[in-house]
Amino acid sequence: MSPELINLIVQATGESLYMVGLAALIGTAFGLPLGVFLATSRKGELFAAPVVNRVLGIVVNATRSTPFIILVVAIIPFTRLVAGTSIGSTAAIVPLTIASAPFIARLVEAAIREVDGGLIETASSFGASPMQIVLKVLIPEALPGLLLALTLAVVSLLGYSAMVGAVGGGGLGDLGIRYGYQRFMPEMMLAVVVVLIALVQLVQSAGDYLARRVNRRLRHR
Amino acid sequence: MKAASMNVHPSLAIGQPIEKLDAISPATAPDVMVRFEGIAKTYPAYRGKPGVHALQNIDFAIPRGSITGVIGRSGAGKSSLVRLINGLERPTTGRVVVDGRDISALSGRELRLAQRSIGMIFQHFNLLSSRTAAANIALPLEIAGWAKADIRARVAELLTLVGIADKHDRYPSELSGGQKQRVGIARALATRPSVLLSDEATSALDPQTTRAILDLLANINRELGVTIVLITHEMSVVRQLAKDVVVLDAGHVVESGHVADIFTHPKHPITQSFLAEAIGDSLPVSLASRIVSVPLAGGQAVIRVQVRGAGAGDTLVARLARELGLDVSLLSARIDEIGGQHVGSLTLGIPLGTSGGEDATTRTLAWLSQYQFPAERLGYVA
Repeated sequence: MSPELINLIVQATGESLYMVGLAALIGTAFGLPLGVFLATSRKGELFAAPVVNRVLGIVVNATRSTPFIILVVAIIPFTRLVAGTSIGSTAAIVPLTIASAPFIARLVEAAIREVDGGLIETASSFGASPMQIVLKVLIPEALPGLLLALTLAVVSLLGYSAMVGAVGGGGLGDLGIRYGYQRFMPEMMLAVVVVLIALVQLVQSAGDYLARRVNRRLRHR
Repeated sequence: MKAASMNVHPSLAIGQPIEKLDAISPATAPDVMVRFEGIAKTYPAYRGKPGVHALQNIDFAIPRGSITGVIGRSGAGKSSLVRLINGLERPTTGRVVVDGRDISALSGRELRLAQRSIGMIFQHFNLLSSRTAAANIALPLEIAGWAKADIRARVAELLTLVGIADKHDRYPSELSGGQKQRVGIARALATRPSVLLSDEATSALDPQTTRAILDLLANINRELGVTIVLITHEMSVVRQLAKDVVVLDAGHVVESGHVADIFTHPKHPITQSFLAEAIGDSLPVSLASRIVSVPLAGGQAVIRVQVRGAGAGDTLVARLARELGLDVSLLSARIDEIGGQHVGSLTLGIPLGTSGGEDATTRTLAWLSQYQFPAERLGYVA
């Protein structure tokens, strides 16, 4: 493989990491609070707001059921508003974030719901406010699950990022399609897939390791 | 039963909480820590399930500095009752006055401040798995906004108090059940509460550990003057620890008073069944299977005598044999001590005449009745 092609792969890897990294970060910034709220706002729960809970649930489901490639083109005007442009890696972060936030929210919701309800009652019994319960009980207790959720979100984002070539986002997936498929270069396709597999392995292993480290439930038995 | 029948005993009010957080409202009797006034708690119908009257007509007081047991079967309303004390639940009607304050009228920040003076321990300990023993104990202090240095000092003090100073850095998954409950107790006491609520705190522990935890609670009550309210379905817990008892059945208080009084003279069937469990009311199988309903020549009449009161049963058999000149045989006996009173039953064999005459039996029953020992004839054995 020529140095030019290797250079292309390196560049595309950088673009992928840039898009996925920022989208995961911003997606978590929105998805984490949203997920915590979804997990604590049903009737009788900490921030009980059943109507808001249902509405948000519907919005989250709607976003999650829109095929990503349609989402990318459908929100182009919004992307232009936020990023100043609708093409390129930076612009691609907008749809990636919008796709990942609800996904992360659902994963966070599931992780938070795993926390023993008795702990909420316990914290309430010594006068903790709902916010203190979230910050000092729910999130620390759900941390292993949250880290695994985030790992899953990053891996999914790597997959999504292959589609942002449609708006000139670049990245590994785009490289694979343009060189490997459209220019009949199977070795390029193979190289892209190998790099993606390596990235996913790396992310998953790191996530697993961190989740295991913070899990005090099973570590010592 | 009315609140008035539950006597307050000043002797138990010794050792006022040494480190109390809040002043007592002068409007309330200083010897009452918790008072339930006309409480009813109803859970509304929800998703096809009918509404439930969890508690009705609850009126009683818990003396300051006492250890009060609330005993009942599951579903009797114990959990709801104890959760009214720390405001985790609100009464549908009536009010709950804790340390002079109507806790059922508080909400938001005021309620959270009040909750700091009411500690609670749980059946399943409810420790945070992500925090060490020390950090679990520190949690209520962090929530109350204590300074770091103060928290560190207080946590060390508490770990020593509950006897697990060496477990400072252990996570709950590395602790035994008894150690976990000790952490739970230390955590509940962290903010120096005046009341400690125990929600089946020993139900998940083995008998030895249960005994050790109950001893610890007794010490805490004695040394810190903390009022303890125990809810339990186990008679043994009430018997070992509580001075006062409230018997709950189907959302009603069916009996309340001193443990010794209630369990030496149980009136309600539920109380009687708890007592029967504690002292083992049934006859040995080998004896029960031999009992027949007609007198047998040369056999014995089987008489069961209930024993209640201090030292009541000690000399009964000897006196009976001496005063009536009978060869009384002891077929089965079980005597236990509840609140310093003997409680139990003796099953006696009284000789029948050679032709099956019951003269001796009649004299025995008369003698027992004269000394006010409740007795019944169960039948006859060969």
